[in-house]
Amino acid sequence: MSLLELKSISKIYGDLHALDNVSLKVEKGEWVAIMGPSGSGKSTMMNIIGCMDKPTSGQVLLDGVDISKESDRNLTAIRRDKIGLIFQQFHLVNYLTALENVMVAQYYHSVPDEAEAMEALRRVGLADRAKHLPSQLSGGEQQRVCIARALINYPELILADEPTGNLDEANENIVLEIFRQLHAEGTTLVVVTHDPEVGEVAQRTVVLEYGKITREIHNESFEAKTAPALAEARN
Amino acid sequence: MFFRMIRGAFVRQKGKMLMIALTIALGASLATAMLNVMLDVGDKINQELKTYGANITVVPKSSSVLNNLYEVEGGEEAQEAFLREDELGKIKTIFWAFNIVDFAPFIDTTADLDSGEEVRLVGTWFNHHLDLPTGEMLDTGVANLRTWWDISDGVWLDEQAESDPNAAMIGAMVARREGVGAGDTLHVKTRYGEADLKVVGVFDAGSDEDEEIYAPMDLVQALSDTDGYLTSIEVSALTTPDNELAIKAAKDPSALSVSQYETWYCTAYVSSICYQIQEVITDSVASPVRQVADSEGAILEKTEFLMVLITILSLVGSGLGICNLVTASVMERSNEIGLLKAIGAKDSAISGIVLTEIVLTGIVGAVIGYFVGFGFAQIIGHTVFGSSIEMKAMVIPIVAMLTVAVTLAGSIPAIRMLLRLRPAEVLHGR
Ligand SMILES: Nc1ncnc2c1ncn2[C@@H]1O[C@H](COP(=O)(O)OP(=O)(O)OP(=O)(O)O)[C@@H](O)[C@H]1O
Ligand SMILES: [Mg+2]
Repeated sequence: MSLLELKSISKIYGDLHALDNVSLKVEKGEWVAIMGPSGSGKSTMMNIIGCMDKPTSGQVLLDGVDISKESDRNLTAIRRDKIGLIFQQFHLVNYLTALENVMVAQYYHSVPDEAEAMEALRRVGLADRAKHLPSQLSGGEQQRVCIARALINYPELILADEPTGNLDEANENIVLEIFRQLHAEGTTLVVVTHDPEVGEVAQRTVVLEYGKITREIHNESFEAKTAPALAEARN
Repeated sequence: MFFRMIRGAFVRQKGKMLMIALTIALGASLATAMLNVMLDVGDKINQELKTYGANITVVPKSSSVLNNLYEVEGGEEAQEAFLREDELGKIKTIFWAFNIVDFAPFIDTTADLDSGEEVRLVGTWFNHHLDLPTGEMLDTGVANLRTWWDISDGVWLDEQAESDPNAAMIGAMVARREGVGAGDTLHVKTRYGEADLKVVGVFDAGSDEDEEIYAPMDLVQALSDTDGYLTSIEVSALTTPDNELAIKAAKDPSALSVSQYETWYCTAYVSSICYQIQEVITDSVASPVRQVADSEGAILEKTEFLMVLITILSLVGSGLGICNLVTASVMERSNEIGLLKAIGAKDSAISGIVLTEIVLTGIVGAVIGYFVGFGFAQIIGHTVFGSSIEMKAMVIPIVAMLTVAVTLAGSIPAIRMLLRLRPAEVLHGR
């Protein structure tokens, strides 16, 4: 059984078909990039997969459960238990420290565990920034806090919408290294991007245009190994 | 974690939270002031209005008829009807006994002075101590019913401390004409006896009473051979303003239906209180001193209405203010709220945080408001009533409840907004 299966979903705003009869399967442990020009429906798809929106028609199976008909309340619970979200604009609670921002996700999931949150920060190379407020962190560091927060509850699926959109090359590489490592550990990744470099590192790239999947590219040279950039960041 | 988030929100939104606290404080302070004044105002206005004297007079039946028919001025020859002194205490046993604030009996006669002048000699209670049949105690008399008397010489006659049974107070005109003052003795003579009155005080009433002499009940009864009898009783009662029913009943209580009668009897109309007094005092006619009785109730009611109005308006005002501020605060934080929802916070958890913040702020505001309001109450008390307002304990829970209700009601729109907020809409910068 696929971890995620979209069965001919459409999302219609007025007469705009943001998603038009899209079908897609993502297997457990896969790393899929979703690419496409602006306005092609990438974020719309992300929101539906991330249980933050519902399709106008079609079915979304997550772990075999149809989430397209669930109530908002249940969607919140599913999102909390199965999905880690990463956004382009980072989105941290700005009066909480890096560590606390990670712990918030634990708090709403189960119970905050400082040691575990600290370990998550260490994974993204931010152990020494734990007590900093978001305003005291660089963009790349903020995004890594978001990744740590997305990881903390061991989600089955990590959904990232333009995770490197606001980052420079060096930080982009650090983020990609973390993804690579997560992938190596078996986490399923769905990453939306219009940066070809980010798309290329994935196992499979799905191209969306005008709400339709027009192409799927399998990355032959894909290899899941930890690159030096992350090792550097950790030290 | 919960507390870290609350604390964080407070630190970040200091200004807004302070504004919310002040808005609540304003509402709470006005409510506190008005409630304190209102609960105390009954007594206060009562004290004010009592300066206008009694609002019910009770006279013997035949004298009332005679007075009304022939307008005879209390000459002993014209009437021999009296009220019975031993029935006085019953006034405090009627249905509306609690509304009877003060009363005083009178017996009057004429007496001759050494100068040959004839004066009215009135026997009464000054500050008489009464043990009621109900077990209650009451100090009542003209000291309470003639508060406007200006004591130009000497002091008020204190019945309970005065040992001389011939102590008396005389009107300013009598004092001037006879050339006597406090501490002097004044000889009076009636048909039935004579006495040397010891003048303890001279009063200026600004009315005919300045021509009269007021002495203890027993002394005047002895001098007029009317032991155990009274010529009139003055009663000061708190009343409800008359309405149609009261007017109809005042004309003829027997014309009322049973239920109308019950309603009337059980309402503190001046006519029903009069009626009840007549029931307990044999052969008496109790009649309202109309204008005063009316205005007393009306002023009390209007003042209370005004205060309730101010309280409601101030609470509505602060409710609207809170509503604005909380909505703005939630709007400002829509990103954060969307994010919390996205990472799995339930609506109830987020509402809980926002409400906790507001309620904590509200408590701070309410406490400040309570003390400020208590200060307001004192200012009102001193400027309007010339005395301080008593701290009523029951105001605290009322104000607490009102503030919580207003704060929560004011937060409803913000909470609804928060519940409607969809993470996808704020997180992708749309
Ligand atoms: N709530 C909405 N109401 C109406 N139209 C919407 C709404 N959300 C998205 N759309 C429209 O749906 C289309 C797809 O939007 P979407 O955000 O998915 O694009 P995208 O591929 O993420 O683009 P970008 O790369 O610029 O982020 C766009 O034309 C957009 O205007
Ligand atoms: Mg997008």
